[in-house]
Amino acid sequence: MIRDITIGQYYPAESVIHRLDPRVKIVCTLLFLVSLFIQNSVLGYGLATIFLVCVIRISRVPFKFIVKGLKPVVILLLFTVVMNLFLTRGGETLVHFWIFTITESGLRTSVLMAVRLIYLVIGSSLMTFTTSPNGLTDGLEKLLHPLNRVNVPVHEVAMMMSIALRFIPILLEETDKIMKAQMARGADFESGNIIQRAKAMIPILVPLFVSAFRRANDLAMAMEARCYHGGEGRTKMKPLKYRARDRWAYAVTLLYLVLIFAVGRFVSFRLWIF
Amino acid sequence: MSIALEHVNYIYSPGTAYEKHALKDVSFEIGQGQFVGIIGHTGSGKSTLIQHLNGLIRATSGKVLYDGQNIYDEGYDMRKLRSQVGLVFQYPEYQLFEADVLSDVCFGPKNQGLSQEECEKNAREALELVGFPEKYYRQSPFELSGGQKRRAAIAGILAMHPKVLVLDEPTAGLDPKGRDEILDQIEHLHRETGMTVVLVSHSMEDIAKYVERIIVMNRGEKMLDGTPREVFAHYRELEKVGLAAPQVTYVMHDLKERGFPVSADATTIEEAADEIMRSFHD
Repeated sequence: MIRDITIGQYYPAESVIHRLDPRVKIVCTLLFLVSLFIQNSVLGYGLATIFLVCVIRISRVPFKFIVKGLKPVVILLLFTVVMNLFLTRGGETLVHFWIFTITESGLRTSVLMAVRLIYLVIGSSLMTFTTSPNGLTDGLEKLLHPLNRVNVPVHEVAMMMSIALRFIPILLEETDKIMKAQMARGADFESGNIIQRAKAMIPILVPLFVSAFRRANDLAMAMEARCYHGGEGRTKMKPLKYRARDRWAYAVTLLYLVLIFAVGRFVSFRLWIF
Repeated sequence: MSIALEHVNYIYSPGTAYEKHALKDVSFEIGQGQFVGIIGHTGSGKSTLIQHLNGLIRATSGKVLYDGQNIYDEGYDMRKLRSQVGLVFQYPEYQLFEADVLSDVCFGPKNQGLSQEECEKNAREALELVGFPEKYYRQSPFELSGGQKRRAAIAGILAMHPKVLVLDEPTAGLDPKGRDEILDQIEHLHRETGMTVVLVSHSMEDIAKYVERIIVMNRGEKMLDGTPREVFAHYRELEKVGLAAPQVTYVMHDLKERGFPVSADATTIEEAADEIMRSFHD
């Protein structure tokens, strides 16, 4: 049940995208997100679709898996679509029924907005699907390195992030185990009103907190035992280095960005109301 | 009160990259009052297996029969099943949460709907059964030693008066003295109450002495099933899957190979000693 959350999860596979430098993936994902906001036309979204489909195909992450990651945003998506559909005024009226009016621009905004939101989620989850949590933090640390000069503790922040990410599956597993153990003692988490249910969580939360602190303590000791003392003078076993494929990835993404920008600026192509 | 598994399969996260076939066509029956050991290497599926016994996880295919009734039938009372098949998880002390030991042991009986007095009565009995010293009843479970915590946690299951007791590696992480104490206590319990006991372990040495039947799991499949004597006769195959027969089995086989007139099927040190003595007298 808890294991079904796929958003932000890593999907191990053998692909060029998986092997790319994490910095490339972070920067290119950001550029892709930007590309969704600098234009608002069918042609632009068409380009974005082609780009996204290509990347998904190359990454070898099953499409089914990506769609599953959309589940948590469904409510937000519906809310946005409904709001835009009925509240945006402008253009010809398409449907009028009692107090509900759907106008041309209402339909247009809601459809484009939905596509934009879905692409935002897919684009950013593609990054986490193809980059291990450690890779992500490594990449972020290197990217944000210049901030060290203005006294931002970049290494410490990156380390905290990677530890936090690493602990998510551990704590989920632990929760699962404690829940089962308490269920074996006859605990019931499903029936009763809100107060009873909240009270039923105590036998899970207390052991979970105790175990989280115990694990944190163990980890701190293990790190100190190996002379960890922060980022200063620390070297990496696999330092990040740009290779030819990383430059190509940058080139392709930049080309895509320029195209999108050009399309948004100079081409006017309309398909019905869009 | 028998528990039977019929062709049970279990697959973790089917259809994803993390798919794992944890149990493959496992069938066996455990009769009332048996003392059974389940043995297997890490990842052989023993922990997955025992969670089927009280319905905590649902088999992907196959049946689990408790007392002849399929527990996956619609409307089957899972909570009742769970109070009859008591499952003690690995490192059970991590499930303690109450302010003092006695109230923690009361958690199970309270969920069964017993009154405060009955809960406390059952809890005291259970704590006594596992040999938990009375002076610590009102202490926080977090301040106890490892062995005492484990006793308190096992008592938490016993207080529900289960008919079957399943223990997943009850001695993991304990020192040799604590290990022997806990195992002796479990055997004592089995003898006194006639409860069915299922003991999961990865160490032959630990359980050879206590159980009357051993089920060996390997890569999700049932590999061997029989009395310790029968199972240890296959000690070469056991080695291949990363398990080993008790050391005394090896000693006896060595002796026999070197021409001593002993039979090699002793499973405990006591039996082996008797056998060697006998061979001298003959």
